[in-house]
Amino acid sequence: MAPSVATPPPERPQAAPPQGKAPTKAVEGSSTWSMLDRIGLAFCWALGLLFCAIAVAIVVYLFLQGVKFLKLDQLTTPAATGFSETETGGFSDALIGTIIVAVMGISLALPVGIAIAVWLVEYGRPAPLARVTELTIEAIAGIPSIVLALFGTVIFSSTALGFLSRSNEGVVFGRSFFAAAAMLSLVALPLVVASTRQGLESIPRHVREASYAVGKTKAATIRRILLPTARPQVATGMILGLGRIIGDTAIILVLLGATQNFAPVEGAVFPFDYLRGAGTTLTNFVYEASPTGNLNQPQKAYAAAFVLLLMVLGLNAAADLVHRRARKAGTWSH
Amino acid sequence: MEPLSAPPPIRRLDPQDPIPAREVVLGVPTNGNGAAGAPAAGGFTAAKRSIAAPQFSIRRMEVDKVSIHYGAKEAVKGVSLPIRQGEVLALIGPSGCGKTTLLRSLNRLTELTAAARLTGSIRLDDVDIRLIEPTLLRRRVTMVFQQPNPFPMSVFDNIAYVLREQGSRRTKKKVLAPQVHSALQRAGLFEEVKDNLDHPALKLSGGQQQRLCIARALAAEPEVLLLDEPCSALDPQSTAVIEDLIVKLRDDVAVVIVTHNLQQAYRIADHVAFMYLGDLVEYNSATRLFNAPAQERTREYVSGAFG
Ligand SMILES: Nc1ncnc2c1ncn2[C@@H]1O[C@H](COP(=O)(O)OP(=O)(O)OP(=O)(O)O)[C@@H](O)[C@H]1O
Ligand SMILES: [Mg+2]
Repeated sequence: MAPSVATPPPERPQAAPPQGKAPTKAVEGSSTWSMLDRIGLAFCWALGLLFCAIAVAIVVYLFLQGVKFLKLDQLTTPAATGFSETETGGFSDALIGTIIVAVMGISLALPVGIAIAVWLVEYGRPAPLARVTELTIEAIAGIPSIVLALFGTVIFSSTALGFLSRSNEGVVFGRSFFAAAAMLSLVALPLVVASTRQGLESIPRHVREASYAVGKTKAATIRRILLPTARPQVATGMILGLGRIIGDTAIILVLLGATQNFAPVEGAVFPFDYLRGAGTTLTNFVYEASPTGNLNQPQKAYAAAFVLLLMVLGLNAAADLVHRRARKAGTWSH
Repeated sequence: MEPLSAPPPIRRLDPQDPIPAREVVLGVPTNGNGAAGAPAAGGFTAAKRSIAAPQFSIRRMEVDKVSIHYGAKEAVKGVSLPIRQGEVLALIGPSGCGKTTLLRSLNRLTELTAAARLTGSIRLDDVDIRLIEPTLLRRRVTMVFQQPNPFPMSVFDNIAYVLREQGSRRTKKKVLAPQVHSALQRAGLFEEVKDNLDHPALKLSGGQQQRLCIARALAAEPEVLLLDEPCSALDPQSTAVIEDLIVKLRDDVAVVIVTHNLQQAYRIADHVAFMYLGDLVEYNSATRLFNAPAQERTREYVSGAFG
């Protein structure tokens, strides 16, 4: 019970206000921390600044080099064989190749990834099957892409899949945009699954039940409530996946043929002639144009790398936009 | 399924169910002195009943010896009680006594918990609810949750979602507008939101969100409305608005409300069920349960809570 007469609280020793400048606000300062904590704090600051500096340096350097060396006609002229810088053309085939593998890869990974995530979070039964699915996705995430590429050559060189690449007298070449995109979608898949799952799991259970409690089916709830709510996370997964696809070199080298230009299959209908044929991407072009590559024209490597950087920055901006719009719609209070 | 025309509620008078006597009423001053005529046995004078006695009461649902297990744990132990239209039924009891579990079993939401097992039977208009397809049942028996949980879309779409056929988005806004407006009106929210129905629902205040959830539950034209501590996250003013609303609704739908707020139960309920550790200890009219409880346990709980 509270006493009927309130006794005044005991006097607390008051710290004398510092002389001179009147304090405007009392804040916690690290001067009260232990030595170890202070060293830790300093260390964190130093590391943080260091990494920021490195990141900024890379971006600024690429930007400056890119602006200096990128010429717009490089984006529209394909690479060519030649002896001087002016004769070897640009990298339009590589740019288009990157866009093709990105679009094809993500259009495989996105629906499959979303479906897997929805099944894992909303159904997940029988439990052992869900566990196996989870482990498989984790395993795929852990496999280096060069190993995936090797595995891809086995699959796509089989006679049954000859229609997906070039074949010559019964020998299947096994390298094409189809083959590369299929394996690249596996690279993106775990990222889409993980991100979508996270989005679905962050929706409180009672929100699902509120939909069921007005007579909605599970399918309607998933389509109209859960997936739209998880859209920002799906977008994040998609962008991370696209970034991995765009940045991959191993699969391009092994499964796309890494030719200098498109190598369409004669006699096939457009666009399948191109998609069944070999090709190249920007990452591969950067490698070829770097001092270690056959082309050895570092200036073009910088130009292509700059384009790659712009693409990735554009994707990040898009993801940011989706998140910002979702934040405007609000969220549940906990 | 016909989404836009839910079956009209079947309103039958149950001859075995006498209309409660007028003397139940406390809030209507009969001798200019309010609750003076009520027995003061329980010492329950803190709050006055603010509503008139029900005009009628029709038995809609029947909970019959229902037990619910979560694995080995028995959360509800052989509970039987009627749920009537024209009345508000309040479920009270200490935390963990099975109120939510019982409430959720009324529209088969407990089935979503894999470990839950139900024995006994629950009937809606004499039909065992296990025989009613769950999505149809849940349109007839809708529920409002403790946490305000509007869907992350506009105010209008929250209601429209309920009115439209399952996953469809086809029905035009213009066609749905009258029904959406009427649902919002019934939930007492229309005046506040009519100018910006496209406003994101999650940006409304907590009290408005909860009324939107009630509007959503009403849009399905239910026959029974379940409310699980609908005011626990709200301020007193929003609570008062929602209490008024619940009382207004009782003629059209049977209302079951779980509450920890005994004052609230006393203010708005006509019958009260007191549960303790899964048992239904006492089912009685609100006046009797609070002022002259039949069970010692009830007396302890009711008086303990009021000092
Ligand atoms: N999903 C579940 N799995 C297992 N046990 C559960 C589950 N939900 C509830 N229980 C148990 O059932 C009992 C009754 O829970 P219930 O939520 O119905 O209580 P309540 O009366 O609503 O409590 P409160 O007033 O705190 O909301 C509790 O002992 C709880 O531990
Ligand atoms: Mg509860």
